[in-house]
Amino acid sequence: MDKLLLLGDEAIAQGAVDAGISGVFAYPGTPSTEITEYIQASKEAKERHIASQWSSNEKTAMETAIGMSYAGKRALVCMKHVGLNVAADAFINSAITGAHGGLVVVSADDPSMHSSQNEQDSRFYGKFAQIPVLEPSNQQEAYDMTRYAFDLSEKFGTPVLFRITTRLSHSRSGVKRGEMHPQNELSLPSDLKQFILLPSIARKQYDVLLGKQAAFQEESEKSGYNKLIPGKDKSMGIVACGIAYNYLMENYQGEEIPYPVLKIGQYPVSRRLVREFYDQVDSVLMLEEGYPVLEELFRGILDEGKPVKGRMDGTIPRSGELNPNIVGKALGKEIAEGYPVPSVLRGRPPLLCDGCPHWDSFGALNEAMKDYGPGRVLSDIGCYTLSALEPLNSINSCVDMGASITMAVGAAEAGLVPAVAVIGDSTFTHSGMTGLLDAVNRNVPVTVVLLDNSTTGMTGGQDSAGLGKLESIIKGIGVDEKHIRIIKPLRRLHDENVKVFKEELAYEGVSVIIPRRECVQTLARRMKLKHAKKKETKESVNN
Amino acid sequence: MKKDIILGGVGGQGILTIATVIGMAALSEGLQLKQSEVHGMSQRGGDVQSNLRISSDPIASDLIPEGKADMILAVEPLESLRYFNMLNRETGWLITSINPFKNIPDYPPLEEVLAEITKLPRYITIDADRIAQTQGSVKAANIVVLGAASPFIGLKYESLENAVRQLFGKKGEEIVNLNLQALKAGRDFAEENR
Repeated sequence: MDKLLLLGDEAIAQGAVDAGISGVFAYPGTPSTEITEYIQASKEAKERHIASQWSSNEKTAMETAIGMSYAGKRALVCMKHVGLNVAADAFINSAITGAHGGLVVVSADDPSMHSSQNEQDSRFYGKFAQIPVLEPSNQQEAYDMTRYAFDLSEKFGTPVLFRITTRLSHSRSGVKRGEMHPQNELSLPSDLKQFILLPSIARKQYDVLLGKQAAFQEESEKSGYNKLIPGKDKSMGIVACGIAYNYLMENYQGEEIPYPVLKIGQYPVSRRLVREFYDQVDSVLMLEEGYPVLEELFRGILDEGKPVKGRMDGTIPRSGELNPNIVGKALGKEIAEGYPVPSVLRGRPPLLCDGCPHWDSFGALNEAMKDYGPGRVLSDIGCYTLSALEPLNSINSCVDMGASITMAVGAAEAGLVPAVAVIGDSTFTHSGMTGLLDAVNRNVPVTVVLLDNSTTGMTGGQDSAGLGKLESIIKGIGVDEKHIRIIKPLRRLHDENVKVFKEELAYEGVSVIIPRRECVQTLARRMKLKHAKKKETKESVNN
Repeated sequence: MKKDIILGGVGGQGILTIATVIGMAALSEGLQLKQSEVHGMSQRGGDVQSNLRISSDPIASDLIPEGKADMILAVEPLESLRYFNMLNRETGWLITSINPFKNIPDYPPLEEVLAEITKLPRYITIDADRIAQTQGSVKAANIVVLGAASPFIGLKYESLENAVRQLFGKKGEEIVNLNLQALKAGRDFAEENR
């Protein structure tokens, strides 16, 4: 079979389809989005009736996947690292219930924060849940490991965490496919109480999980994804996790690596391999992307063993993604220098698209807010977060998905007048709805600006869960109908829109203003498709 | 054979299309490939960059080491400066369009930008917008720049042509021809001005 040219994300997706999944459950988030998009576009996935519609948020995605696993079928659940925080309750408990059909959770970490608000390391979550974690070093491994992850999950009746980082998510290379695994038949767990985490059962299940730990370690050694590569120079040994292994190899093009290397792709790491490695070297260099997870373990709390170099002593920068140069410097290699970057260079931050409805929404909001002074607009996470930058300078917060309304409630209770929340339609159904209920129950004066561009714009235009349902949701939550205002964000309606904002800002209760106009990106895509279809029909008529 | 190419531009200028064409051509010649892309937020009018590595031997890293790039291929002149530190001093070529994409208030004077580029020992600056326009559409400016880079990529010109045919095939004969002409016009310019 020919090799497919796939992004790391796509390799995971193809691996999951070939592993016989019956569903993928996800909320879009960079750098994980392409996994689900690939399955949605896959012909094979369609033929196999693989469920692939976006979930409202990561927690509902995780729980749906647990349900599919309960019913005996293989399920994939995907999110970005901060999404795992949202899903954490269900995720941690899934380790206690265990899995029936294979259950694999992909969390895509974003070191260097290319498009995230932090750079947390999902491997900690794997350790926290006490389940196996897999971390591929390249696209082929991403494919192979995904298949292995499902087998591992079913072999031990445990969910498996699959950790990937930005660079591998969004880098393409050739991938060789294996045979397709048939989908599982519907079946129920043999222990029908396993998924009931009442304390008495949970205690039993927790013991079962603890009892599996030794087997997880043993498996780590046998799988081949962890291996000890011998080296002659024992003055140093190198531990390379996931993609760090590539950067290590890049520094020894065509040469043998002189030092022993412990290549890590699976956690918990085998103690036997670590012992064998540690005993033969005088010092250790740790290469891992994200937090110093293994480095801390190698050092121990007193750090009195052999010298360990890594992120904690500054050999590797404490934050940010790795690259061949950082690794080369840590190895003491001479680094080639390019030309100095000319000082005439300027930064070019991202900005809202030309014609984006948010320009007009914020234009009107800014004007209405003029009477009150700055610092009163609590925002959320989406394209509209870019309104924090020049030239709009409209918003004052971006903490986590759904935090805008709740923060505005807190600020209002502190006495901030007016307290404005800005949230997108997709973020609202992700985790803003419950905050709106708090606002209604507390009856605090907040003005919620629900920017409805009818899509999940920031990640490239995925379906938004609340499409066509927003007013009924808001009404159902209890917002007074008179204070649900729908406006069309257009320059020619500017004055009218400013008036609506001003009226609701003056209202001493909960009001929701919905500026509604489709995202220019999805609109352009839709028009293009429509045009192509029209052309097709015309041609077939002419023929 | 091994070529490490940094592609630079602004979101929406079509650098991923260039990467796809080179990638397809490299695969048709039986070469290995790694190509890292930019997804998500930064595509919205921000600077975007792709590392494209093609080689007859296995490629380890998805990222090109500093000072080792054989080429910076930019569809916007200011963006070409951003990757100067990546360029190989002994062998590296810089190929860039001279047409600025001005979506920032402090875009420096074009002469100053070009002055930095022309200090390099190996470069090609091309008015890709104008050349693309004469071929029928300014939209093909990215393919003009690719054409200008084509003598230095180490792939057969026919492989690039075939890749253009393959990639634009779905859009019809007219679009295919427009892009083939754009590719050729860029290449001719480079051959005359190298």
